[in-house]
Amino acid sequence: MNQQNLPLFEVFIRSKRGLDHRHVGSLHAEDPAQALDYARDVYLRRSEGVSIWVVRSSDITASQESDVESFCEPMDDKPYRHATHYKLPKEVDNM
Amino acid sequence: MTENTTPPDSRLADFEEKIANDQRIEPKDWMPDAFRKTVLRQMSQHAHSEVIGMQPEGNWITRAPTLYRKVVLLAKIQDEGGHGLYLYSAAETLGTSRDEMVQALHDGKAKYASIFNYPSLTWADIGMIGWLVDGAAIVNQVSLQRTSYGPYARAMIRICKEESFHQRQGYEATMALALGSAEQKAMVQDSLDRWWWPSLMMFGPHDSDSAHSGQSMQWKLKRESNDVLRQRFVDQTVPQAEFIGLKIPDPDLKWNEERGSYDFGEIDWDEFMHVISGNGPCNRQRLQHHIRAQQDGQWVRDAMHAYELKRQARDAA
Repeated sequence: MNQQNLPLFEVFIRSKRGLDHRHVGSLHAEDPAQALDYARDVYLRRSEGVSIWVVRSSDITASQESDVESFCEPMDDKPYRHATHYKLPKEVDNM
Repeated sequence: MTENTTPPDSRLADFEEKIANDQRIEPKDWMPDAFRKTVLRQMSQHAHSEVIGMQPEGNWITRAPTLYRKVVLLAKIQDEGGHGLYLYSAAETLGTSRDEMVQALHDGKAKYASIFNYPSLTWADIGMIGWLVDGAAIVNQVSLQRTSYGPYARAMIRICKEESFHQRQGYEATMALALGSAEQKAMVQDSLDRWWWPSLMMFGPHDSDSAHSGQSMQWKLKRESNDVLRQRFVDQTVPQAEFIGLKIPDPDLKWNEERGSYDFGEIDWDEFMHVISGNGPCNRQRLQHHIRAQQDGQWVRDAMHAYELKRQARDAA
């Protein structure tokens, strides 16, 4: 068996009920059901979580960090989007 | 109730145990139909409020007094649209589509926060909405960060992080007027006079009269009661008003040393019922505007869909 021919899956674990699933790593598997089994076997060996998501890596569309300036242009020149931008007197600053 | 909605005891017991242990209920968990219905009602109402709430503020974008106030207001209204999106998406995990939720709004079956049925008559109202309306919403939403439905709680955490900017810009704008000319002071006092009581109404009926409260508290969907949250809002807001020389329009308002809280007057519940049942100053206008915006934007969605079909056909060729 040549593992490189198996599709890659990304693995997400919810460590505790109420929290978001977090990306923990990836693995190769024939299909999603198998990926789930493998994820349990490798990523959930020490009670790391209560729920697993697997998703084909090829199904993920990602932005490139090198594009961040043009792609997320508005971030830095709009300080007024931040609460800390608004200076209030200390008597009422707890807002 | 049909037979198959009655769960085997183990599933219900499991659900109740999770609630008792302060565990969150997650989308793929079994939950009683009534729980699902209640969360959906509350979340869709919350989502609609974010979106309808853009209208009274949008009314002033083109007339903001300075470019600075204008970009701040735009940023805030954009946030509200985003908050609507977080909440609709989180609500969709319950198995109801966003289209269905919006349709229920248009059919008058789903509600939104009643306060947005009041008009924004002057620029001072924009500061007032940020300070009071967002302030009241924050008190409620901070409490809801611990609500028992996981996706709702997580949406609340995200929203609360952003709301602080909304309240602070509102207070800053209010303060600018309150420390301004005699005309500006009069305008901002008039605005407070109009928005104070509707803000208190945002917390809903008294605990003793609240139709849904008991069950929602039991399910830990609501973590604190309407009256507790309302009192917290009054206690934090009165000193903020006093600090900038504004007078709360309530002759019964006074500090109660014993309770360590403010006593305040009775809300006009007739007005509350009147507005909530569709007869406030702007109810029809708000809904009509939402329907019109939805219709006016249809050609954009159609065009995007046509483009996507074309792209797929090209890729397949």
